[in-house]
Amino acid sequence: MTKKTAQHPTSSHLLCIQGGIVIDPGHVNGRADVLIQDGSIIEVGFPLTNPLCQDSSVTILEANGWIVAPGLVDLHCHLREPGFEYKETIATGAASAVAGGFTTICCMPNTQPVNDNAAITKFMLAKGQEAGKARVFPIGAITRKSEGEELADIGELVEAGCVAISDDGRPVMNSLVMRRALEYAKAFGIPVVDHCEDLHLTDGGCMNEGMVSTELGMPGIPDASEEVMVARNLALAALTGVHVHLAHLSTARSVELVRHAKGQGLPVSAEVCPHHFSITEEAVRCYNSNAKMNPPLRTDEDVQALKQGLVDGTIDVIATDHAPHALQEKQLEFDTAPFGIVGFETALPLTLRLVHEGVLSLEQAIDKLTRSPAQLFHLPVGSLQPGTHADIVVFDPNEEWVVDPTQFFSKSWNTPFGGWTVKGKVKMTLVEGKIVYDAR
Amino acid sequence: MGLQRKDLLTIAALTADEIQLILTTAESLKEVGGRDIKKVPALRGKTVVNLFFEPSTRTRTSFELAAKRLSADVINFSPSTSSMVKGETLVDTARNIEAMQADIIVLRHSSPGAAENLARSVRSSVINAGDGWHEHPTQALLDVFTIKEKKGRVAGLLVVIVGDIAHSRVAHSNILALTKLGAEVRVVAPPTMIPLALEHFGVTVFYHLDEALIGADVIIMLRLQRERLGKALLPSIREYANLYCLTPERLKLAKADAIVMHPGPLNRGVEIAPSVADSAAAVILDQVTNGVSVRMALMYLLSGSGERSTLNE
Repeated sequence: MTKKTAQHPTSSHLLCIQGGIVIDPGHVNGRADVLIQDGSIIEVGFPLTNPLCQDSSVTILEANGWIVAPGLVDLHCHLREPGFEYKETIATGAASAVAGGFTTICCMPNTQPVNDNAAITKFMLAKGQEAGKARVFPIGAITRKSEGEELADIGELVEAGCVAISDDGRPVMNSLVMRRALEYAKAFGIPVVDHCEDLHLTDGGCMNEGMVSTELGMPGIPDASEEVMVARNLALAALTGVHVHLAHLSTARSVELVRHAKGQGLPVSAEVCPHHFSITEEAVRCYNSNAKMNPPLRTDEDVQALKQGLVDGTIDVIATDHAPHALQEKQLEFDTAPFGIVGFETALPLTLRLVHEGVLSLEQAIDKLTRSPAQLFHLPVGSLQPGTHADIVVFDPNEEWVVDPTQFFSKSWNTPFGGWTVKGKVKMTLVEGKIVYDAR
Repeated sequence: MGLQRKDLLTIAALTADEIQLILTTAESLKEVGGRDIKKVPALRGKTVVNLFFEPSTRTRTSFELAAKRLSADVINFSPSTSSMVKGETLVDTARNIEAMQADIIVLRHSSPGAAENLARSVRSSVINAGDGWHEHPTQALLDVFTIKEKKGRVAGLLVVIVGDIAHSRVAHSNILALTKLGAEVRVVAPPTMIPLALEHFGVTVFYHLDEALIGADVIIMLRLQRERLGKALLPSIREYANLYCLTPERLKLAKADAIVMHPGPLNRGVEIAPSVADSAAAVILDQVTNGVSVRMALMYLLSGSGERSTLNE
């Protein structure tokens, strides 16, 4: 239904999302309409007061009491292009992202070639533009080829558009190199992201080391493999004063270490992935390679600690670590199959389980997926304040659906959540005021 | 009564009654090996495929002999693990074999859970002949068979397992089988070779061999895998031998009638002194003989022949 009371016809494009509950963390939480002009938000409120809302050209999008929130922001994903297009491309990854409500995604540099130079960064940005779905922000490598030895040309990477640096998947083992990377990054004001893992301690392990790994005869990855590097990174953050962002924490002691460091005022932030707070090492029992990821699924005690970390703010953000792998790779035996699972299309409902369980409020949950990650990486998104990009997700927090990986927009189906009945369905995703996903 | 399952994948999944059934069947089949004509027609017309992705002469030969004594046709298939790396999954290989109408597939593979995965995707019966560090159920069955044969029982015996428990499928399956049958199990190794959470398996952990051996009825020595040396698990073979080699002096700490077992092949002078390996206490060759009977029993029971009386035809 278009408004009839036209005044002056305008050449600009007007959109109004009406009838929803707006949750813009820190700003709005309640019944409100959202008025969008030319891809930017111009007003959020109820009733709207801007005269443009009466314009005859306004396109109305009915939100039917659904939640209207800033588009989700993912600080950690693998889009596999260039080099591994059989697993995912930037286009399929970005389509998967918007289907999951993500409008901004930061992709890790472990492509082939590695994103350690401006040419690759620009290629990724161009592919993201071309896809026209989620905004794609590359994360550059810390070291050349992510080999952990010489620093990559970090200035060039930032200039080209990288929003952070990381050697995710091939963590920097040499602490001196890590120290220098942090110091060097200071000049550019970008966070340094570390996948905390001591590869010597991991020693070929492929699941959590504990009772289940002993029962299954599977080489284990001890908690200490992560914690040793969390502790190292905290010490280096103290030494350099540079923001260290700790990727995908999985153990209770990691949470405790970060809590203590934050208490001392260190410049550190932390993320957790939905799978790490949703399931435990028990999921590996039938040798399900879709329950194989790094860091591995841990124990119930760790799950509780991660939840507590989210509640008290020790853990700042929820990130997917979307890591597509082809079917034939995950059909290998558990110990030889690659690490990682896809995450875009299940992250929101898995996060909403925390809301339905009463662990987080809906606003807290959305904050961990929007405002908080955007602020950490200094991204100009994650809010519905007037003047910002109209990147928006509209979802029904209560609608139940069954996860069917074959229906994913991602090229890959590697998820342990196939067959799960989950609550919370994305209805519509907008980027810059344009509908990029529509399931109304 | 037969074994009401398609496959034999783990000791973990077996009940004590099932283990007893296998042992009893093996007992009656053992006599076949002593005959002039060592063959019964129980599996005549059936095809057994030995699918070994890891090199093994002893275990494969034992399965082959067992199948042949039951009159089955036996194919040995040893694809190199490298061909798997090139893209063919284990399941593809096995489906090919199944398409040739194999009744029983005996699988040895370096990946834990390989047998379980295979069993899920083929109709043939699968026998696990060792999957990574996970299980080696037929070894445990032949070990408890040998213990029962020599000691008349398993329940109430004190069994000491010595060596690299963390990386041993033999130890894992034996711990499960022995505890299910009511034995008291001690394990002895340097702490680097004891896996996390082992206490949940109902065993007592020792670090010093002399303490653990006191009062033992059965001593199972594990082979020291020399490739563990580069992994900082051990200072040297010399030190390991000093601390963990079963010598005649140490053997005296056990009960006077204690038996000594070893899954082979032996590292003489490393985990076991030659004089112990060659002593009357050692039942290592009985284990080999019994291995054939136990594997015959398993194939017989899994082939669905348990109900019929083909055994003494």
